[in-house]
Amino acid sequence: MCLAIPARIESIEGERATVNLAGTKADVVVTLTPEAGVGDWVLIHAGYAITIVTEEDARETFALLRQIADLDADDPPA
Amino acid sequence: MTHLPDILGRIDTLWPRALARAGERVQLMEICGTHTVAVSRGGLRDLLPGPLRLVSGPGCPVCVTDQTYVDQAIHLAGERDVIVATYGDMVRVPGREGSLEQARSAGAAVEVIYAAHEAVELARRKAPRQVVFLAIGFETTAPATALALRQARAGRVSNFSVFSAHKLVLPAMHALLDQEDVRIDGFLCPGHVSVIIGYRAYEPIVRKHLRPCVVAGFDDEQILAGIAEILRQLAEAAPAAASVYPVVKADGNPQARQVIEETFRVADAPWRALGVIPSSGLDLAEEYAEFDTARRFELPQVESYEPPGCRCGDVICGRCLPRDCPLFANPCTPRDPVGPCMVSSEGACAAHYKYHRPETGKTNDAT
Amino acid sequence: MTAELIAEVILPAIGGQDATALTDAAEVAWGADRVVFTTDSYVVQPLEFAGGDIGKLAVCGTVNDLAVAAARPVALSMSLVLEEGLEIELLRRVLVSAGEAARRAGVTIVTGDTKVIDRRGEPGMTINTAGIGAPLPGGEVGFRHVGAGDALVLTGPLGLHGLAVMCRRKGLSIASSLESDCQAIHELTAALLEALGPRVHWMRDPTRGGLAATLVDLAQATGRNVEVRQRAIPTDPAATVAAEMLGLDLLNVANEGRLVAVVEAAAAEQAVNILAAHEAAPAPVIIGNVGEATDMPLVEMVTAAGGRRIVQMPYGEDLPRIC
Repeated sequence: MCLAIPARIESIEGERATVNLAGTKADVVVTLTPEAGVGDWVLIHAGYAITIVTEEDARETFALLRQIADLDADDPPA
Repeated sequence: MTHLPDILGRIDTLWPRALARAGERVQLMEICGTHTVAVSRGGLRDLLPGPLRLVSGPGCPVCVTDQTYVDQAIHLAGERDVIVATYGDMVRVPGREGSLEQARSAGAAVEVIYAAHEAVELARRKAPRQVVFLAIGFETTAPATALALRQARAGRVSNFSVFSAHKLVLPAMHALLDQEDVRIDGFLCPGHVSVIIGYRAYEPIVRKHLRPCVVAGFDDEQILAGIAEILRQLAEAAPAAASVYPVVKADGNPQARQVIEETFRVADAPWRALGVIPSSGLDLAEEYAEFDTARRFELPQVESYEPPGCRCGDVICGRCLPRDCPLFANPCTPRDPVGPCMVSSEGACAAHYKYHRPETGKTNDAT
Repeated sequence: MTAELIAEVILPAIGGQDATALTDAAEVAWGADRVVFTTDSYVVQPLEFAGGDIGKLAVCGTVNDLAVAAARPVALSMSLVLEEGLEIELLRRVLVSAGEAARRAGVTIVTGDTKVIDRRGEPGMTINTAGIGAPLPGGEVGFRHVGAGDALVLTGPLGLHGLAVMCRRKGLSIASSLESDCQAIHELTAALLEALGPRVHWMRDPTRGGLAATLVDLAQATGRNVEVRQRAIPTDPAATVAAEMLGLDLLNVANEGRLVAVVEAAAAEQAVNILAAHEAAPAPVIIGNVGEATDMPLVEMVTAAGGRRIVQMPYGEDLPRIC
């Protein structure tokens, strides 16, 4: 099974949200993180957000984020 | 301090004192399959002191799944009008008559999914065919299964059912410590299980067995920081339940725990090699009985067995390293696995085979 | 399994070739003339994906096999096996794409064939392309030329093709900005050979099985250890994220536009500079070295943390059908 990865919530519709990590988007279930809103970062595991994280904590604990140059990419590179 | 050289420096400083209290070596168990792989893939053992040994525990969901479950799943796949929906890891686990993958080649309907809700959506699309979801994993994936059940009930997806093999981590840790022949000086606790259950969940282990229980994330710095914290606790003879992974809260995720409580009931469960551990598994609650595969289908009562010579059970108990198994690499390889520890992407044997030198294992093992 | 099939059934049946000498392209001689000859079949699903399609793939893949065999690609044949029910518009699109790819690569599709068969599930198509190329002067590539100390040069980040294809598969709820790296790399190989001649020892385009498969093949065929450094390997943020989401190791994921060149150590910097002048090489870099001959040749990687791990031949779920 896959690791969990942090991503930012871009939009929410009911129990589902679109999250974005450096331009890659995924469709996830956010029922387990009801307090999460648009702009918050969550930890995604096998299609489900399992907790809210701060962007700072995410950067510090995920080498993945330190590798990615542009954390704020909302749009795919041209 | 999250900088790698700083963490390694801390380990170097703490090590002599930790060793002094422990004896001639320190053996730590990492419980989570993802940690097992991360350690080998990152070449982290090369960075640790010689007599500090890391062994794997029963943290790979596929590896701890009893052989009976595997055979029953393969039987279901062979039934007409049944589609088995599963996470990728289960697909190649060998059963008595081949794996799910082999069953698929022979015409059985097996679909790999990446999220539990996909199984419900599959059931909707493929009605009236039955979709059986192989629900394996620990507390991290149990909430997802629970939500999928809720989703199925709300959407009246009656052709969907869950075949639960969910397990709980704490009872296994207690069972391991009750086995007197395995040395465990401390536990590196699973990162994402702990997101759900919280790091305070390990306090009973600390109280009863006086072992450090430290939660860490999965990149190199996190794992090494977790090891450093364990060494600090050993050096100061102050075992505690702690976390170096800031995403893990003391009490975890209450919503997730509630959803598990509402959907499952704790039951005795059979674990590979550890036998039946009381109150260590999750069965579907009465309220969801109509979605329980075990009640909907007539499952063959297959006796569990271990393939002759296979030491998967010892590997997941930390009793031996993969290369101590007589079958390791010959004939048991990821391509031709004998047991689940070699076929699972999180299995200790697969990790050792894939990432370590064949002859020495380059595991920095002092024994 | 395919390797065993080739060694145990196919080769003995058709006679001749030593399996260890088998490369993706062969040189055929008659009289004073030589031609480099190759063939490949493409069965990718889905037929269209971000950055390419089966048509472009079929042309570039075969052009690349000629290119890494130190040849100038000249002409291709194209055989189509179409399944009944295949949308005509889709067919038109992939063939237009194939034609464009051929034009860009300076090759002509000179002959071909078309068959229609019953559909098997989702209507698809298979394309076989065979290609001929003219051996380039100064080109002397092969496993036997690889020596201790040789440098390994890679031209860009890994895994884009395999990930782009996987992200298009139905059922995956990931939308990525990733595009396949599918492209012809003949200009890169020609540039290296023109400048460095016999100092280029071996070349390969790492396709199915990724860089890992290429490195393991290199180690086993030359009987030498190979060492690479994880920190040297160029990364693409979208690929890194997609791989993490799917639980894949980028070393094992297919590429369709990358070049691995093994060159004399002293020529390595120059090789990187030559490649850097070409758009088809987005991030050329030295990633490792070839080592000593040994009984049990291994590929070893120095990890980001500074430890070591082995790189094995990928298998199983790591390898979805992508080409």
